[in-house]
Amino acid sequence: MAADSAPGTTTPIFDTVASLLRDESAFALATVVEGPAAGAKLLVRPEGTQGTEGTQGTEGTEGTEGTEGTQGTEGTEGTEGTEGTQGTLGTLGNAGLDRVVERDALGELAAGRSGVRHYGEHGEAREDDVRVFIESFAQPPRMLIFGAVDFTGALVRIAKVLGYRVTVCDAREVFATRQRFPLADDVVVDWPNRLLDQVGAELGQRDAVCVLTHDNKFDVPAIVSALATEVGYIGVMGSRRTHENRLVRLSEAGVDDAGLARLRSPLGLDIGARTPEETAISIVAEIIALRTGRSVRALSSSSGPIHG
Amino acid sequence: MREILDDIERWRRLGRSVALARVIDLEGSGPRMPGATMAVADNGEVAGSVSGGCVEGAVVAEALEVLDGGGRRLVSFGYSDDEAFAVGLTCGGTVHLFIEPLDW
Repeated sequence: MAADSAPGTTTPIFDTVASLLRDESAFALATVVEGPAAGAKLLVRPEGTQGTEGTQGTEGTEGTEGTEGTQGTEGTEGTEGTEGTQGTLGTLGNAGLDRVVERDALGELAAGRSGVRHYGEHGEAREDDVRVFIESFAQPPRMLIFGAVDFTGALVRIAKVLGYRVTVCDAREVFATRQRFPLADDVVVDWPNRLLDQVGAELGQRDAVCVLTHDNKFDVPAIVSALATEVGYIGVMGSRRTHENRLVRLSEAGVDDAGLARLRSPLGLDIGARTPEETAISIVAEIIALRTGRSVRALSSSSGPIHG
Repeated sequence: MREILDDIERWRRLGRSVALARVIDLEGSGPRMPGATMAVADNGEVAGSVSGGCVEGAVVAEALEVLDGGGRRLVSFGYSDDEAFAVGLTCGGTVHLFIEPLDW
């Protein structure tokens, strides 16, 4: 054992894990934690993610202890043809177990869950010879921030702390600059609705759109486009008067009551935030509370003054 | 895991052996979810965490044993765990960890 962890040991699976993490690619890593091949690993990537640069260099190398002969190749025997998978790396000890865990790992990854599952030695259901920890490494959630205003910089910083991939978008090129938002992953000079036309289909429940522009010219088309996506959170900044005015304009633009009900406007929790940083925290706290279903007082459901 | 990659890679460049301790299951209340990872270098340096600081000291000791040839292992810490009654989560939950050498 000691020799296995000695300096200079090759670590093909870990190297791939590190590379995929740095690329923010989705994958799952299964590890036998109890059973004859404890420590054996299978890395599973979903369909459509293969071919990311920098992740291909470690395949076909030697594998983990106790699993000699079968591992280290993409799509090892027994995992070929499994639906929805582009490739695996490593093995849990036999093709039967690999096949079943690969399927389960894809399911766990899609649901963003990590946990222990048990199997028979060759992957049989309802047996408990082998325990496998399946960890999902989902892609980071995305936050699109429309409007390169004062509050945007603070929201970028807080969102990065929480692990979001952050895009700042504003049609005004003097405001939407890398210098102003050094922590943003992308700064895009364009109309928000045009950006949403490009990336909207990728947005899901874990993602967020924050509209901070305060300007109906930009807000209304951005909100209409955001409502056409599956994004989990749509927050819109503005005073209560701006909000009332915006509701009228959104209705005129054809947004129905169900659409209006999806909006968090004014966005954020009612914590009396004053500074851009406090406001940013009230926004991300609202996103967390929405995900967890906790009861907290949101600005969109209260009527008092916004600032403390 | 992502947040500790730099430390792990730095240690490995320096020729250190590394053990990884990962939360694989949690019963009741606990501060870190499955997947939380702590890396321990053979000189005792640590990156990441597996609890709110309640069990890290004991995990380092286990990880150093793993690196010393003691073998990969499952370890549990709970408030009323007989095997580890001196160390536990103050929040009352039980955390199950898998500790292994980084040799894969």
